[in-house]
Amino acid sequence: MTKYNLVKNAAGRMVPTEINGKTLVPFMGIGNYRPTGRKYAPPIATCADYPSDGNKLIPSLKEALIKSGLKNGMTISTHHHFRNGDLVAQQIFDIAFELDIKDLVWFPSASFECHSTLIKYLEDGTIHHIEGSMNGALGKFTTEGKMKGVGVLRSHGGRYQAVQDGDVHIDIAVIAAPTADTFGNATGDRGPTACGLLGFALADSQYADKVIIVSDNLVPFPCVPWQIHGNNVDYVVNIDKIGIPEKIVSGTTEITKSPDRLLLAEMTAQFCEEAGIVKDGFSFQAGAGGTALSIGTYFADACREKGIKARFARGGSNKYLVKMLEEGLTDYILDGQTFDLEGVRSMRENPGHLNTSPFTSYNYHGKGNFSSMVDVVILGATEVDVNYNANVVSHSDGYLLHGIGGWQNCLFSKCTILPIPLFRDRIPVIKDEVTTICGPGELIDVIVTERGIAINPLRKDLIEKLKNSTLPIKTIEQLKEEGEKICGVPDKPKFTDEVVAIVKWVDGTVIDTVWKIDK
Amino acid sequence: MDKIASAGNKGKGIRSDCFVSIEITKNSGLEIQLESKVKVLYGESIKKLVHEIFSFFGITNAKVIIEDFGALPFVLAARIEAAIKQLINTEKEFLTAFLEENKYQTTRERNRISRLYLPGNTPPLMINAGVHKPDGIILDLEDAVAPAKKGEARFLVRNALRSLDFYGVERMVRINQVPKGLEDLDYIIPHNVNLILIPKAESADQIIQVENKIKEIQNKKGINHPVWYMPIIESSLGVLKSLEIAQSSKNIVAMAIGLEDYTADLGTKRTLEATESFFARCQVVNACRAAGIQPIDSVFSDVADMEGLKQNVLKSKSIGFDGMGCIHPRQIKVIHDNYAPDNDEIEKAKKIVNAFIEATEKGLGVVSLGTKMIDPPVVKRAQKLIDLAINTGKLSKNWREIENDKV
Repeated sequence: MTKYNLVKNAAGRMVPTEINGKTLVPFMGIGNYRPTGRKYAPPIATCADYPSDGNKLIPSLKEALIKSGLKNGMTISTHHHFRNGDLVAQQIFDIAFELDIKDLVWFPSASFECHSTLIKYLEDGTIHHIEGSMNGALGKFTTEGKMKGVGVLRSHGGRYQAVQDGDVHIDIAVIAAPTADTFGNATGDRGPTACGLLGFALADSQYADKVIIVSDNLVPFPCVPWQIHGNNVDYVVNIDKIGIPEKIVSGTTEITKSPDRLLLAEMTAQFCEEAGIVKDGFSFQAGAGGTALSIGTYFADACREKGIKARFARGGSNKYLVKMLEEGLTDYILDGQTFDLEGVRSMRENPGHLNTSPFTSYNYHGKGNFSSMVDVVILGATEVDVNYNANVVSHSDGYLLHGIGGWQNCLFSKCTILPIPLFRDRIPVIKDEVTTICGPGELIDVIVTERGIAINPLRKDLIEKLKNSTLPIKTIEQLKEEGEKICGVPDKPKFTDEVVAIVKWVDGTVIDTVWKIDK
Repeated sequence: MDKIASAGNKGKGIRSDCFVSIEITKNSGLEIQLESKVKVLYGESIKKLVHEIFSFFGITNAKVIIEDFGALPFVLAARIEAAIKQLINTEKEFLTAFLEENKYQTTRERNRISRLYLPGNTPPLMINAGVHKPDGIILDLEDAVAPAKKGEARFLVRNALRSLDFYGVERMVRINQVPKGLEDLDYIIPHNVNLILIPKAESADQIIQVENKIKEIQNKKGINHPVWYMPIIESSLGVLKSLEIAQSSKNIVAMAIGLEDYTADLGTKRTLEATESFFARCQVVNACRAAGIQPIDSVFSDVADMEGLKQNVLKSKSIGFDGMGCIHPRQIKVIHDNYAPDNDEIEKAKKIVNAFIEATEKGLGVVSLGTKMIDPPVVKRAQKLIDLAINTGKLSKNWREIENDKV
C-alpha cells in the first residue's frame, strides 16, 4: 500500500501532498493561493502537416486514435454533454483494450451511470484512474479502493483551470459532436443527437496535443456555428451513432411533483423575495434538480406579478427558462449546458440564448468570471455541517456518488442558497462535520429546509432583512438538533488510511480527501 | 415448527419503511439479520431497538429478519410489535416516546378548512405531513389501508400519534366502520387523538357506540379532555338521517360528506358539475347548521387539476360548507385561499362591523350603513367572516387599531 505524506489544509482536513506521481498544493483558504508562471500550451502545429483541402476525415475512431499516437499512460479526455446517453467514451476504451494499451487516465468533464461499463477497464488496468467525477457504480468502485490510481474530482471551472494551468496534460481529446464538417468545425445545437452546446470540450480543443472530432452528422464545410474551431482539430471521424438522444435529456429536468420539494422551493422563493433579491434587472442560476427548477418558475411568477424582468438567468437551460426568455421575463439565458430539447431549440434560434463555457462562467484563474456576478444561486448538497461547509460528492455512509459539476464555482455568487430536506429517509443532512468538504462554509449563505431556514451568521445583512419574516428562521445548530431528534444521532462510517480520491478546490489546491471505506 | 410472522412493506419504491419477519425459535438466542440502506449510520441503533423490544415482550429465542429502507425508530418499533403480536398473546404494548409537542388539545370552534388524509400504513407520507400546515391530519385506518394490513396499521398510527411531531395541526384518525372501528379506538384514544372520523354514519346509535367505547377507555386510562367526532355521511340513508346523526353527541364538532360512496349508493356517477350530489350536500349543510356544527365537503380527487379544485371550493363555499378534505399537500393552499373570504367580502364586512361597533358605542339600537339599515344577522355574518379572515391570515387581528391609526 502506498504511504501518503499528509498535511492539514486550511479547511482543517488531512490531504496528501502527492498522488499519481504529481505534487499537490493543499487548500490555503479562499483566494489565498496565487498562481505564478504562464498558461500551458499545446505544441505548435503547421498547416504543412494538414490537408490543404481541409478534409481531415479518417475512416475509424481506431485509426484516429492510432494516428494520434495512443500509448500506455496517456490522458484521454471526453465531454459529458450527452449526459447518460454517451456512446463514445465506451468505444475509446474498447479500442484501447483491443490494442492492449494500459494505464490510461480518463479525463471526462463528468461521468454518468452509462459509464459504469468502464469498470471492467479499471479492473484490467486499461484505465489507471479517473480525473473528473465518479458517479454511481464508479463512485462505489473507487470508494472501495479498487481503482489502480487515485481519483481526482474537480468542478467544471476547476477542470478548465487544470487544463489551462497545465495541471492536467491532455494527450488526446475525443470530442463527440452532433454536427461537424470534415475540417473539424463542430456544433452541438443541431443534428440527430443535438445537445445544445459543447462548452465543456472547449479547453480540450484548445490545449490537447491531439484533438479528434467524432460525429454522426457531417455537413459540407462550413459547419456553422463553429462552437469548436476546426483549426484546433487533428482528425474527424464519422460513425453511426454518437449518443442516445432521449438519454441526453436527463430525467432530472422536470419540475418536481413532490410536495416536500415544492415546499422547499416555495420557501426559498419567499426568502429571495423578502431578502429583496427579486427585483428588476436581477440574475439567478437554478440547477437541474426538480426543486431548483421549481424555484425558477416561482421567480417567473414573481416577475410577471411585479412587471419586472431578470437581466439574465444562468443555465443549465430547460423549457422553463426558455419560456421565461420567450415571454420577456429575462433578457438573456447564459447557458452552460442544455438540459432539454426546448433548450437546444432556443439556443439555435434565439439570439438572447447565449452559449457560455467553463472559461467564461467558472474558470477561477481568469480575469474574473460570470459566476460571481449572479445575484442568487440555488444549489443542492448531500450534507452541510454546523459551520456551513457542504458536501456534494459523497454520502453520509462514506461512498463517493456524485461529481462536483459547477457547484463549487457557483458558490461565488452574491447569495448561495441550498434548499435541502432536513433528512432523507432516516439520514440527517445537517451534521457536526461533513464527510467530505467540497465548499467552505464562508461561501454558503442560506440553508432552507422544510422545518426551518438557517442564515450564515456572516450574512448580517440577510439576517437583518429577514428579521420580521414569517418564515421559520432558526440557527443551524437548532436544525441539526431537530433532525437528530427525529432520526437519532447517526454513527460515522469507518475509513482506512488509504487515499482513494482527492477533491480539488476551484484554484487547483486540495480541499479534501476521500478515504477507502472500511467494510 | 412455529410460524413466521411478518409486518411492514418492501419492494420497489418503498422508503422510510421496513419489512420485518420473525420466527420464534427454541434456544438459539436472538438472531438478527439486518439489511438496511442506513446500516452504516444506524445499524447498531436498530439492533439495540430490536433487543429492547424482544426483551420487553420476554422473547429470548427468535430469528428476526429486517429489511430496512430508512424507517424512523417509531416505524421500526411498530412493525416489530405488529409481527410479534401475531406470534404471542399479550396485553403489553411497546410504546415509543410521547413527544411533549404532541400533548395539545383542540377547541370545538377551531378552523377545519383543510384536513389531509394519510394512509395509516404508509410512513413516508406521514413524516412531513405537519410541515404542510393543513388544519388537520387524518391518519386513515379505513379505506386507505389494505384489508390484510389493517392490524399492523393500528400500531403504526398509535406510534405516530406519540412520536411524530404534528406541528400543532389537529390530530385526527379515521376509524373503520362501526362495529369493527370500535376496536381501533384502543390504539388511539390513550394517545391524545383530537378527533375521530366515523365513516359511513347512518344512525345516531353508531355514534353512541363510539362514544361509549371512548368513555370506557378514557375512564380506564384516566383521560378527561374531550375527543371530538366528525361523522362522515356516505349513503342515502346517512343523508336522510343526517340531522339525527349531527345531534347525537355534544362532542360532534363537524360532519363531512363522502361523495364517492354516496354516488355509488345512488347508482350514479360523480361528475365535476356535481348535480347528482346537490341535494345531499345541501341536506348535510342544513343538518350541520341546525346542529351548530361545521359542514365539511368531500375530497376533490384529481390532484393535478388545481383550477378544477379551486372552482370546486368556490362552489362548496357558496353552498355553505366550511372546509373540505384533501388527499395531497398541494391542495391545502388552494383550499385555504378559496374558502377564505376574498378582499371585497372582507372590506364589506369591515364596514358593517365598524358601523355596528360605532352604533353600539353611541347607544343606538339600529345599525345603519349609508342609507341602508343593517339587520342583526347581517352583522353576525360579517363578524364571522372577519374572524375567518383573521384565522386564515387574510386580515390582521388588530385590523381596527391599524386602520384607526391610519385615520
